[in-house]
Amino acid sequence: MKKIEAIIQPFKLEPVKEALHQISVQGMTVTEVKGFGRQKGIREVYRGMEYQVDFLPKVKIEVITPDDKAQAVVETIMNAARTGRIGDGKIFVYPVAEVVRIRTGETGNDAV
Amino acid sequence: MNAANTAFVLISAALVLFMTPGLALFYGGMVRGKNVLGTLMQNFILIALMGVQWALFGYTLAFGPSISGIIGNLSWAGLAGVGAEPFKAYSETIPHGAFMVFQMMFAIITPALITGAWAERLKFKSFLIFIVLWATLVYDPVAHWVWGDGGWLKGLGALDFAGGTVVHINAGIAALAAVLVMGKREGYGRDAFIPHNLPMTVLGAGILWFGWFGFNAGSALAADGLATSAFVATQLGACGATLSWVAAEWIVRGKPTTLGAASGAVAGLVAITPAAGFVGPMSAILIGLGAGVLCYLAVLAKPKIGYDDSLDVVGVHGVGGVWGALATGLFASKLVNPAGADGLFFGNPAQLGIQFLAVLTTLVYSFVISWILLKIVDAVWGLRVDKADEIAGLDLTEHQEAGYSL
Repeated sequence: MKKIEAIIQPFKLEPVKEALHQISVQGMTVTEVKGFGRQKGIREVYRGMEYQVDFLPKVKIEVITPDDKAQAVVETIMNAARTGRIGDGKIFVYPVAEVVRIRTGETGNDAV
Repeated sequence: MNAANTAFVLISAALVLFMTPGLALFYGGMVRGKNVLGTLMQNFILIALMGVQWALFGYTLAFGPSISGIIGNLSWAGLAGVGAEPFKAYSETIPHGAFMVFQMMFAIITPALITGAWAERLKFKSFLIFIVLWATLVYDPVAHWVWGDGGWLKGLGALDFAGGTVVHINAGIAALAAVLVMGKREGYGRDAFIPHNLPMTVLGAGILWFGWFGFNAGSALAADGLATSAFVATQLGACGATLSWVAAEWIVRGKPTTLGAASGAVAGLVAITPAAGFVGPMSAILIGLGAGVLCYLAVLAKPKIGYDDSLDVVGVHGVGGVWGALATGLFASKLVNPAGADGLFFGNPAQLGIQFLAVLTTLVYSFVISWILLKIVDAVWGLRVDKADEIAGLDLTEHQEAGYSL
């Protein structure tokens, strides 16, 4: 099993969720996060005081999937989240040692 | 006695009371999230603290029988004799108690205005001590001079319809003294002090605007044409300043901001306060337009001058208050209020001189006494919280709670 973690633009959450539905991804966890990469920060102005804001709002999506479906999930997220401009985000793929469904005690792929 | 007038003044008193929680939200949204409760609390507790101070001795010092025009004597301490009968020098048509409680709400919001200046760094205990001293030794005498029966500035003919000098200049200059005595917040100029909840600020500005009709129109102390005229002037002053602040920042910085619109509205309300009952609607728009630009420029100048007035009490209430008081000397017209006076634009340049004297007196007196009181409180109890507490935030360290939890 794999965990696919994607940091994306907040306004791309809905398109990514829809696209993952289309390929029958059953669930995901979403977190509002802040960070920066090559996009760097932005300038905000409050009553004339200008501040450099380095940490930009992003959304982190986490999806657990069987090994054979991981590549499809990555490509789906990539296609749905891309604008082609700097700041589109990144996708990370991790191995998952075990998954347990709390309600039934099922493990492994059955629990995904 | 007049039932309509009494009802109007009592409702106006409730409207003015509502401004203080509105101000708390206006300020609370502009601080960082770790100080939101500390900011709200300083405003909310003043409703209780100043209410009691006013009943015990504040009212009689401000409005009691005058000792040489300087201060009221103590004959109305504990509100003795302040009840259902009118006191004719203030109003013949409403109970003395209605006038007293209307004025109580002004005595609450004036020190609350100052809380924006020292936001995010003042010890709560020292805050309470300073405010009681300030209300007693600064607000009460200045209110007496301008509004008290026999007050010396009133005797000179200074016009202040609803509190430009007593409330706004007074609070604005005390705020300047406070930030000069206390110094800058930890990390000022290095860290980003970004408002944590601007929707809260905009809601607060809306409540202030709403309550301000009680503040200004209610100051007519009667449900009559003068109250209507003050109501209209209040609305138009706020409109003018909202537009001109946003326009100014749009030109200077390239974007119109929500915080600018909310700040402009408050600046306009401040500026129209002394003038509300003396000027016509077109004059009110002009006063508002001037206030938005002047206060915006004052706020822009703050970092260049180098004092840390957290939420721009000096820039909005001080500068807006001075502009409003002087503008009253320009735009006042006896056609609007025969009991008032004509200003410079209506053929009476002397009025501007009288207004200037009232402004200068308030600035000097309030600044000097505030400075001395702050130094005393600092020496005995300390004004600033510990550096570590300031970094952790006042909600946790002064009040042991959090504004927001998961």
